Amino acid sequence: MTPPGHSEPSADVEPRLRADTVTLAYDGRTVSTDLSVSIPSGRFTVILGPNACGKTTLLRALARLLNPHGGQVVLDGKDIRRYPTKEVARRLGLLPQSSFAPFGISVADLVARGRFPHQRALQQWSQADDVAVTHAMQVTNVTELAERSVDELSGGQRQRVWLAMVLAQETPLLLLDEPTTFLDLAHQVDVLDLLDDLNRRDGRTVVIVLHDLNLAARACDRLVLLAEGRVAAAGAPAEVLRPDLLAATYRAAVEVLPSDGGPVIVPRF
Amino acid sequence: MRLGPVSLLVRTRALLTTLVLLGLVAVLAAYALSVGTFRLHVAEVVQILLGNGGGVGERIVMNIRLPRVLTGVFAGAALGASGAVFQSVSRNALGSPDVIGFTTGAATGAIAQIVIFGGSAVAVALSAVVTGLFTAAVVYLLASKGGGTGYRLILIGIGVGSILGALNGLMLVRGDLDDAISANLWLAGSLNARTWVHVWPVLVGVVVLVPLVAVLSRRLSMIEMGDDVARQLGVRVERTRLSAVFLAVLLAALATAAAGPIAFVALAAPQLYGRLARMSDLAVFGSASMGALLLIVADLTSQLLPLGLTLPIGRMTGIIGGIYLIWLLTRPRSV
Repeated sequence: MTPPGHSEPSADVEPRLRADTVTLAYDGRTVSTDLSVSIPSGRFTVILGPNACGKTTLLRALARLLNPHGGQVVLDGKDIRRYPTKEVARRLGLLPQSSFAPFGISVADLVARGRFPHQRALQQWSQADDVAVTHAMQVTNVTELAERSVDELSGGQRQRVWLAMVLAQETPLLLLDEPTTFLDLAHQVDVLDLLDDLNRRDGRTVVIVLHDLNLAARACDRLVLLAEGRVAAAGAPAEVLRPDLLAATYRAAVEVLPSDGGPVIVPRF
Repeated sequence: MRLGPVSLLVRTRALLTTLVLLGLVAVLAAYALSVGTFRLHVAEVVQILLGNGGGVGERIVMNIRLPRVLTGVFAGAALGASGAVFQSVSRNALGSPDVIGFTTGAATGAIAQIVIFGGSAVAVALSAVVTGLFTAAVVYLLASKGGGTGYRLILIGIGVGSILGALNGLMLVRGDLDDAISANLWLAGSLNARTWVHVWPVLVGVVVLVPLVAVLSRRLSMIEMGDDVARQLGVRVERTRLSAVFLAVLLAALATAAAGPIAFVALAAPQLYGRLARMSDLAVFGSASMGALLLIVADLTSQLLPLGLTLPIGRMTGIIGGIYLIWLLTRPRSV
């Protein structure tokens, strides 16, 4: 599998994951109707949008944590609900916003739990599991913490450990819900750099939900802007981060300034 | 641990801890068979168990002491395993069937059977199991309505438990005095006057249900990380949780039916085992062994205390457990 680089447009490649006119609802409250989003393979996609626009809901539906009321989520050409649940977990990993580290669990043990979808009742551990866990801890830079208890770690370290758990899952598709929340600037950049590496070097398809427009502009090569459960715009950052579009979506006046690393968005008071 | 194509995740320390606990249970059980008004040497007890006994000694051991010890061991094991499941499901060290009202619910059935219907030991046990399951269903439904478990499960369980506790008290007051006294004895939790009728249900329950719970334990450990994390790892969260809770309630109810509502064993056993074995995964067999040990220690202590009275074991575990709970709550970051 050769990873397509950022420069090669891969819009003509069949996306491995897409939401096909899905209707998403929680407890009878409809969040999105007839929403269609496709996730291009091998790309780094950021889902953006104001609070309560349905970003997390969309991500959960893409990872079959939420069943759409209408439409379907298609993974590798087949309705995601028709796969055995462990099979989905071998193709697609998700880091949700909230997770709990069981009391006293060590970093290595938590990361090892990411191997669950690859294991069976009578085959609970294999060489491949060892390799995956070691590798996941290496790239997230938590190897030295392996024996430490997760409770004792700082927020930034803990986020890297959770990332390592999802990486140990070794899925070609990676979905992350606000992986930079609660992190300071340096750690935010660390996490996004790591995801960028995974995308460019390993060719993994990365999808993240982000709040920060400026980080989004720098991190990804494709943006999906959601507004009130609909796709307001999708495409390269420069196409989506336009003052008129942002103003309409966020109902706030903004200025978009060009810079070397990508556009910079500043609110206008 | 690998055996051909089979590889099981077994931690050496956990395995050793469990084996040591089981060894202690065996030694203490043999000792418990020898103590009492009619003194026997441990060697004699072993001979009797091997079928080489005879006379009064054999009758005392086989008809009186062995049922008592086995009821204690298996009720303790059932409570330990049950507590491990509830602490996992509620993600809280306080989640245990006695705290969240299930044993009180089981007691409601037993008291009703004793006071109102005057049923046999078997009927009492059955009623305890039925009302225990019913209480669990009510608590679980109320708790899952808001989509949450954890604290919600515990708080609703405490609420339902106190309503049932009041109901239990009411039945005792309204009932016939003799019945009320025997119900009260049952409520204190006792291993006195246990016969084989008490042993079999809980023994079979432990032998059948504990391995079933153990099969679910890896998936339950995944659910501890959050429903979404577990789901994305390929765990069927609702199905796993429901089956585990059902099995755990059954275990707790069987233990309650056999020995009365015994406090704190379910709460303390998984925690103590977790600390000894340094395990963060759900350890069903370990917690069960620890539960058995706790109960047999409590029983021996209550028999050997020079107070001239045989303290009901439920009160004994209550005292020990209360101290343990206070210790747990005053430690930083443990609940």
